[in-house]
Amino acid sequence: MDKRLERILPRVQKPARYVGGEYNAVMKPKDEVDVRFAFCFPDTYEIGMSNLGFRILYGVMNDMPGVWCERAFTPWTDMEEEMRAAGIPLWCLESGDPVGQFDIIGFSVGYEMAYTAMLNMLDLSGLPLRSEDRPDLTPLVIAGGTAMYNAEPVADFIDLALIGEGEDVLPELITLFRKAKQEGWDKSRFLRAAAEIQGVYVPSLYTISYHEDGTISAITSLDGAPERVYKRVVHDMDKSYYPAKTIVPSTEIVHDRVTLEVFRGCIRGCRFCQAGYVYRPVRCRSREQLARYARESVEDSGYQEITLSSLSTSDYPELVGLCSDLELFCGEKHVNLSLPSLRADNFSMELMQRLQKGRKAGLTFAPEAGTQRLRDAINKNVTEEELMESLRTAFSGGWSAVKLYFMLGLPTETDEDVAAIAELANRAVHVWREYASNKNRPLRITVSTSWFVPKPFTAFQWEPQISIEEYERRVKLLRSSITAKAVTYNWHDGDTSFLEAVLARGDRRVGRVLEKAYRKGARLDAWTDCFDLGRWTEAFAECGLDPAFYANRERGRDEIMPWSVISCYVSDSYLWRQRELAYQSETTPDCRTQCGGCGANIVEGGECCRG
Amino acid sequence: MYISHLDLLRTFQRVFLRQGIVLRHSQGFHPHPILSFALPLSVGQESVCELLDLETVEDLDCAALPGRLAPSLPEGIRALECRAPARPIRDLAELLCRVELVYDGGVPAGGAEEVGKLLTGETLVVQKRTKRKAMADIDIRPMLHSLEVEEESGLLRLTVRVAAQNPGLNPALLAAAIAAHRPELTPDFTRVRRLEVLDGAGGVFW
Repeated sequence: MDKRLERILPRVQKPARYVGGEYNAVMKPKDEVDVRFAFCFPDTYEIGMSNLGFRILYGVMNDMPGVWCERAFTPWTDMEEEMRAAGIPLWCLESGDPVGQFDIIGFSVGYEMAYTAMLNMLDLSGLPLRSEDRPDLTPLVIAGGTAMYNAEPVADFIDLALIGEGEDVLPELITLFRKAKQEGWDKSRFLRAAAEIQGVYVPSLYTISYHEDGTISAITSLDGAPERVYKRVVHDMDKSYYPAKTIVPSTEIVHDRVTLEVFRGCIRGCRFCQAGYVYRPVRCRSREQLARYARESVEDSGYQEITLSSLSTSDYPELVGLCSDLELFCGEKHVNLSLPSLRADNFSMELMQRLQKGRKAGLTFAPEAGTQRLRDAINKNVTEEELMESLRTAFSGGWSAVKLYFMLGLPTETDEDVAAIAELANRAVHVWREYASNKNRPLRITVSTSWFVPKPFTAFQWEPQISIEEYERRVKLLRSSITAKAVTYNWHDGDTSFLEAVLARGDRRVGRVLEKAYRKGARLDAWTDCFDLGRWTEAFAECGLDPAFYANRERGRDEIMPWSVISCYVSDSYLWRQRELAYQSETTPDCRTQCGGCGANIVEGGECCRG
Repeated sequence: MYISHLDLLRTFQRVFLRQGIVLRHSQGFHPHPILSFALPLSVGQESVCELLDLETVEDLDCAALPGRLAPSLPEGIRALECRAPARPIRDLAELLCRVELVYDGGVPAGGAEEVGKLLTGETLVVQKRTKRKAMADIDIRPMLHSLEVEEESGLLRLTVRVAAQNPGLNPALLAAAIAAHRPELTPDFTRVRRLEVLDGAGGVFW
């Protein structure tokens, strides 16, 4: 180990996150490797190692002969200070080699608030932040993940973005890169060739022009780059890679268990939900294969908990059968099975009751809105009756802690909708009084509200976010409406959600703001104790940009969006129609009941909705 | 070792599960596996002599266990030997440790002698955080049973026998004692490695 690190590690919090050496970390002899990939997660080790996508792609790349994919995470602030003071550049955990020496540096970006951590990791690697200041082919800086559906705020820093699911496109890109490296291509030749691969977006091949009011007048593609970049999609989940043999961290991480991805996509079509639109169409893994992966994963990892993962697990067609298969095996191995992302319906509650052994941990429901009218407007197809029925089952089954999640500031929300959240919580208290099997255990109802952030590729992508003053007024209104003693109310910090709304729909000019905010000390913005909106406000002012232009402005139907060059196959006209339906509080049936014609069925030859 | 004692325990629980070795569990509402380290190791210290106490449901081939666990262990952790317990853990009285006091600018003149003198004096009082989180003065001298000091280039190598339990002495406190009483001899860095577990009679505890 680096002698300098030996001195530093005893001084920092949780040094285990910086040393690697975990079970199943992939080591390869350097002389058998010709492409070295530094897989960077712009958040801490505990968050990054909890990300299933990160584990999948780590496995996919390391399965390629001659390719060695290693990991790097954002150091916590104490470690960063020590590294800077000692002049230690960011390194990868497997080999200990500096990130700056790798062939490809790839970021997995799921969340806009991670942007400054990306810059920090480039900076800690000793690299220039801007793509144009890195003239050589290596290191190539790429980024993927859900946030890259609008890559514009980081467009000047990365060399290319991968749009959609990475399992297939990453190996294709690496193969092209290997050829380029062997044949001595320069960076621009490589980027032009890469742009021909579906799912690859090369920002430098597009110029953006603006109207005087700051909106975009045109996005022009250069050098034959495609007019539209279509996302990549894994077609057959049963043939796609699953990390049954995966790294088991030696220290506790956020999701410290086997994560079994039962399907990708979602049939529901909640109108605020970016994942629900961009991951279309629904693709399931077979029950047999899931049962096999569960067994293999538990046996290899030694984990004693499996969680089923998807956007809405109740919608897995063979969920009951799968749970029966897993229950048998989990029982004999003393493995806990947990099912988050369940809907508040009867079927799901019965299943929960069956699976819950021993202690009854808290239950979480996400009605998202207080009134049926608003739930219909956002297409959250849950009725109050279903929710109350679920609570009846829960309380009579012995649960006494329930969390209810809502959003404030949804389009069309009125004070009546806000107050209805409190009424819903009160009704839950009444249900408990009437049905609780054990009233000696005190009831705890937690109402949590987040602040709605309009995201690209949703029915609400044209919507303004309400002002922070209005948001705070609604929080106050709800706070004063909640009177029951058993109900605790938590609300999300407004500053973070405001910046998220700015960055989510930011254009390329926001990149300068990012860089300035970073220089002012912004990093790990997703962590409340590190976040300071003041830095950002200053940075916006210095760049002559108005954050409200991005967060609080309603867009016109025909406005060119910063992400207009990207397509997730769901058409703009479909999203607009969904927006109009929202204003009429009209619901849209789920994809299985009736195809809504969103456009994603092109991917699967018109049969996307069987799932 | 940069992972905490609890993380290390969790790691070992998984190592046994990977090999399909079922540990005996405590009875009660929240059963936990019967698996414990005789003497928890501080984060940042090394050891070549940890004792892991465990009970399995089925009888084990002890001699074969280290080989069986090897492929399931993370890098840097090895199982050396497994035996049926011959004596109770309370007989574990001392730890033999090596403490390296590193001086980046070279060992101060007469350092070896001075450190030896300080550590073998009548008393050796250091401040230590108590369980109630207050600072208290404690005399660690009675817990230091033997000391040898060697000088090498840039470091003093102490070979010490310290009390292992009830109460035990963390050898890192020796460096703290030097810093407290002879600030000019404060090392730039301290490395601690456990070498052997001993019984009260100076024999290897095993």
